[in-house]
Amino acid sequence: MDTRDTPEQAELRRAARQLASRLGPATVADLADETRAKRLAVAVRDAGWLELRDVGQEGPPLAGGVEVAIVADALGAAVGDVAFAGPVLARDLARRAGATAMEGSVVGFSSPLRDAALVTGAVTASPIFGVDAGDGIVAALVLVPDAEGFRLAQVRGERTGGPTTATDLTRNVRVIPAGTPVHAIAGQTRRLTRDDLAQWSALGLAVTSADLVGVMRGVLDVTVAYASERRQFGVPVGSFQAVQHLLADAHCLMEGSLSVALHASWSVDNRSPDDACEAGRIAKAYCARAARTVCETAVQVHGGIGNTWDCVVHVYLRRALLSSQWFGDDAAQLAELQELRLGATRGLS
Amino acid sequence: MDFRDSPAEAEFRDRLRAWLAANNPGLPTSSTDDEYWARQAEWHTALYDAGFFGLSWPARFGGHDLPAVFDVILDDELAAAGAPPRPSLGYLVQGISTHGSNAIQERFLPGLISGRERWCQGFSEPDAGSDLASLRTTATRDGDEYVIDGHKIWTSYSDVADWCLLLARTDAGSAGGGAASPHERVPKHKGLSAFAVPMQQPGIEQRPLRMINGITNEFGQVLFDGARVSAANMIGEPGEGWRLAMTIVSHEREPGELGYVARYAKTVRQLEENVCADPSAFRRDQCEAVSWAYVQTEMLRLHVCRRLSERLDGVDHGPGGSIDKLLMTWVEQSVGSAALAVSGARAVTDGDDEALKVYLYSRAQSVMGGTSQIQKNIVATRILGLPTV
Repeated sequence: MDTRDTPEQAELRRAARQLASRLGPATVADLADETRAKRLAVAVRDAGWLELRDVGQEGPPLAGGVEVAIVADALGAAVGDVAFAGPVLARDLARRAGATAMEGSVVGFSSPLRDAALVTGAVTASPIFGVDAGDGIVAALVLVPDAEGFRLAQVRGERTGGPTTATDLTRNVRVIPAGTPVHAIAGQTRRLTRDDLAQWSALGLAVTSADLVGVMRGVLDVTVAYASERRQFGVPVGSFQAVQHLLADAHCLMEGSLSVALHASWSVDNRSPDDACEAGRIAKAYCARAARTVCETAVQVHGGIGNTWDCVVHVYLRRALLSSQWFGDDAAQLAELQELRLGATRGLS
Repeated sequence: MDFRDSPAEAEFRDRLRAWLAANNPGLPTSSTDDEYWARQAEWHTALYDAGFFGLSWPARFGGHDLPAVFDVILDDELAAAGAPPRPSLGYLVQGISTHGSNAIQERFLPGLISGRERWCQGFSEPDAGSDLASLRTTATRDGDEYVIDGHKIWTSYSDVADWCLLLARTDAGSAGGGAASPHERVPKHKGLSAFAVPMQQPGIEQRPLRMINGITNEFGQVLFDGARVSAANMIGEPGEGWRLAMTIVSHEREPGELGYVARYAKTVRQLEENVCADPSAFRRDQCEAVSWAYVQTEMLRLHVCRRLSERLDGVDHGPGGSIDKLLMTWVEQSVGSAALAVSGARAVTDGDDEALKVYLYSRAQSVMGGTSQIQKNIVATRILGLPTV
């Protein structure tokens, strides 16, 4: 047992953090800087990070859940406005079906973004949400029941709205309306099993948890710096115990979240699909609750300015809201854990 | 990153599991029962004699020279077997090995680790709680001995202890009690020294304290009235007591050192079994409290894995123990709340209700070993670097 990064993981962590903080938006105004955002997207693509879950030489993916989580954590901390988890999750699912996801593909989710969308007809019956799609036309992968398992199909959506129309100002959620045609994807060599989907969900839970850990670290850095500078009553507000204790609580929540998220990311490829999924649910339940508290603390410590659009903390809060909801928030995970461990049913009063 | 057991760890786990299957004493849940505290010494020696205690401590003192992550396995298996947690005295071992001379270490560590000699810790006083440095107990030199006078409180297991690791004022010029005086010659934390004081002697009076959950065997007050200790029993140099105390309290804050995860995991498992026996008898909010306690306990288990792994390259956490203490406190109190939630009305109609006792005991966690408020001060100023005025 040794939960430390390997030298390669430590190097990836260092490189990802450096790249994300260099090219991510430091201010709300930076979000409008398309040149910067483009450079970030190119850098992420050129680093090969979108291909981390593509098929390797022996069949398993090129990199593990740990490496995906390391990049997600770095992008979360810098509120990186670049598609990463969306494309990686699509490519992971495509690999499991023995197919290749076309560039720009993400997985289509049904509301409330907990599960991959299930489609049975020739056209979609309800809206499908493509989470963390990049710019341009999006193809959303959906599941079609097939004998004992599932095969993949895709629905295509046009670009709808600019980045600022979404809740999360750093990642898009594209809505593909009901009635959109469902296209088959040629060349699938495997039917997806329940285990495939469990393992894929475990990856989704781990990567969204890691993103939340990054968001917490990033927003705390910003907030501690602000509390050290902002003066009232002739002293920095960060010298008041009332403020110090809020930030100390937040820091502890971030540290606990990191511990539980690391384990979830390692579990993806190293434990049974069900165990990996449970590890993901535990991590997500903890991180989602923690991130909500930490981001709300950040808004509070920033005072009046923290409640304005131009202060960067709401960018973190908004990103946390999407990462929490995606694959299910804390309440959803606790409900799953109750069903799993206590025999309590979803319909319980 | 690898959470799996190495071959040596797996072998250890198998051996431990087999031993526990045959040697679980079936004691009541710790913290809620006088019988547990009464029989804790037996459990300590049984665990030690079987080779499962003091894993990361030096072999020459009775330990096993293993990496600290073996304690994760120990805690896992104790919880899974429903066995009592390991004795929580790692912080005393750390204090004595960091500050004690070779002679002191050789004299005291083997008995402490094996459980043949029992210890308590005399730090807090009625007027020196969070402000520990203002303690007023004195140790006055008299030939080859020191004479101890003072009043210690919150002293766990003092009634069964052979030795007390005592913090006392040896420099009469240093000021204890209340505000620093302008005429103070030595700052109040500089005149303190530490001793191993024998507890079985006429100058010591025990006064047990009953805790809010009714336990009487854990907590006590100790009055020293002319008690004597050999000068050779001083741990560290004269005036080194404050540094020793800081070593001890920083380790006393680490769940990896205390092994409490096993206790929380055991309680959560019992709560889950209660609910599983008849899920329809429990409301959604009761189930949610149990699931949240499970999530919290898993978080702490994994956090301890991470912290003890970091020790593989000798990282010394310094103030990081305060983070771990706060996390541990939240976990214990969420487990306590879950127990109360599951118990429902029984907790108020039956004063002996086990869940009520678990809940009441959990409230002490945010005070013992340094209050949560003190831990937050440390995190804010020493880790986050927030300004002090």
